[in-house]
Amino acid sequence: MWTSEDLLRRFPDLKEEAVLDRMPTFRVPGERIAEVARFVKEDPAFGMDMMVDLCGVDYPDRAERFETVYHFLSTQSLQRLRLKAAAPAPDPVIPSITAVYPGADWFEREAFDLYGIRYAGHPNLKRLLLGDYFQGHPLRKDYPPGKRWPVTTDDVYRNLPASGEAEDFETMVINLGPSHPSMHGTFRVLAQIDGEMVLWADTEIGYLHRCFEKMAEEHIYQQIIPYTDRLNYCSSYLNNVAYCRTVEAMLGIEVPERTQMIRVILGELSRIMDHMVCVGTNVVDIGALTNFWYLFQPREEIYGVLEAVCGSRLTVSACRIGGMLTDVPGNFRALVEHVLKMTPPLLADVDRLLTANTIFHERTMGVGAVTPEEAIAYGWTGPCLRASGVPYDVRKAYPYYHYDEFDWDIPVGTAGDAFDRVQVRMEEMRQSLRIVRQALDRMEPGPVMVDDPRLNLPPKTEVYNTMEGLIYQFEKVMFGLKVPKGEYYGFSEGGNGELGFYIVSDGTTKPHRVKVRPPCFAIYQYFPKMMVGGMLADAIATLGGLNVIAGELDR
Amino acid sequence: MLDDIVLTTKLDLAARWAQGNSFWPFPFGTACCALEFMSIVSSHYDLSRMGAEVVRFSPRQADLMIVAGTVVDKMAPVIKTIYDQMTEPKWVVAMGVCASTGGFYRAYHVMQGIDEIVPVDIYVPGCPPTPEGLFYGILRLRERVMRGQSRGVAPRVDL
Repeated sequence: MWTSEDLLRRFPDLKEEAVLDRMPTFRVPGERIAEVARFVKEDPAFGMDMMVDLCGVDYPDRAERFETVYHFLSTQSLQRLRLKAAAPAPDPVIPSITAVYPGADWFEREAFDLYGIRYAGHPNLKRLLLGDYFQGHPLRKDYPPGKRWPVTTDDVYRNLPASGEAEDFETMVINLGPSHPSMHGTFRVLAQIDGEMVLWADTEIGYLHRCFEKMAEEHIYQQIIPYTDRLNYCSSYLNNVAYCRTVEAMLGIEVPERTQMIRVILGELSRIMDHMVCVGTNVVDIGALTNFWYLFQPREEIYGVLEAVCGSRLTVSACRIGGMLTDVPGNFRALVEHVLKMTPPLLADVDRLLTANTIFHERTMGVGAVTPEEAIAYGWTGPCLRASGVPYDVRKAYPYYHYDEFDWDIPVGTAGDAFDRVQVRMEEMRQSLRIVRQALDRMEPGPVMVDDPRLNLPPKTEVYNTMEGLIYQFEKVMFGLKVPKGEYYGFSEGGNGELGFYIVSDGTTKPHRVKVRPPCFAIYQYFPKMMVGGMLADAIATLGGLNVIAGELDR
Repeated sequence: MLDDIVLTTKLDLAARWAQGNSFWPFPFGTACCALEFMSIVSSHYDLSRMGAEVVRFSPRQADLMIVAGTVVDKMAPVIKTIYDQMTEPKWVVAMGVCASTGGFYRAYHVMQGIDEIVPVDIYVPGCPPTPEGLFYGILRLRERVMRGQSRGVAPRVDL
């Protein structure tokens, strides 16, 4: 354990900042960031072994306009640390920390792509999400949100990642995707293969970069909720909860008990759905179609629950800042009971079809194995990290919504291979069902929306009969919600791991910056390295189990 | 002479009847809509009732491209190439508002509707459309194919 004084004693030129979320935050002189990062990682008292997130922020009226914000986590002591390093326009340069934290690789490339901040010493500082056809850096405040650049067919070939090896006749470079059945829509992998063995691999992402973060800066806080649905669209509800929890924490409110339980129930059902899609498509990729049909049956039932609650199946937007729009329907309990009853036998069937299946063993055991050290170094969280044997789960580590009061376990794997990842997900579904059962029993009647004049519209009688009520309603509808000035990193356990929202508010109704910390972004950046040395078919078996969702990866 | 004409018309009718009842879809699934496409081919909704369950991942074996999800500028040349690789006759369904108009992503990297680059026969609104909605779209396309009147709107931009 450490305190702020320890860091200030070692580095007297750091400046501590007071922030909204009370995370220890220090401003580091730009050129010293790599040095400080190395210290907090290697010093045993700090032990910040994971770089959780790195993002750029643009402050047009500051002298040092472009700021990079780093979030670190110690998986041992669960302490967190935020560092900030700024650089002036027009050519912002700060040292890269990839030598210390290899997981910073793609995060720095993304910040370079979107803000134009150059990270000196980065081994491969190229655009990540956008291509070379794109001029400028879109998340800069002076970039118009709708400005597009024309793409031609030639650009596809121009963007090919450079091959790692010299040309020879024994090997060939093979391109998978972005439209390939095993690449789940929008991933692209280039692999140099010798026979079936992969010698070198690289990935290209950004084929679903929908500009979430720019869109978020253009909208008021409530209007961002539908955009969060489309991040990890396999479990939209969990994204809603993660975002709303963050904004609620910034406002300093806590949602009513009943809403907390509804959020737990729907969130865990969404997690089950997420894992079902992952396991189902993973085994389809390696040729087992039956499980896919088995798993899609309870999934339709969960869709039925969500549809009854909010009218939408997939992209639900069922959360509001401060609670819910309306209470759940009267038959909610019966619908959830039905899911609880019908899911376990189907899971048992799938388990029997997979766990004892020799073909499945041969395809997945020992394939794509990741050690806990590698997983932490690259910022893995969620089921993939737990399959490697690290029992880090936000729900237990930083409990919210009474998760610590429910009786449930964190399943962990031992080998960290593709087989363990499927097994961990299968077990997590059963644990989620346990949580849903307990939350359903704890659900008491009560309000679902917090009673706060900042969030609620005034009653209609006041709007029609008093001047104040009318003005108030007008302001609420026309301008939206004002969130206190400051910055906040809120995080929850999403379907793939720690889903974080880093929100910078300037006190107005629109956020200054919303950065999503997508769990599968960190996971996927290690995928090319996992491919090397294995067979190409193994890469397909591995990719499905990582559950990389393009909407969240590219945003 | 007259016999020739009558025979040709009937063959044409038979061919259109067969085409309309046996689409071979190529799912160009990029985003959220692809999950609803998975639902429509799964057991609950079961697209095979319309004879369109033979999902092909090779454009050369498909005649119906279902674009399910947002298409961004980086993806544009890919979708154009795949469309060109499909053999005639071919049809395109834009599933969801993103594929139809860009949806609520009025942004620097999102194509404002795939009809910028490929002709579209049927637009299915929704974000994502329900499986019933996509069903309705495919049924409408079937009607139009069987009447022989479906040809998409010409694209606005040539890549």
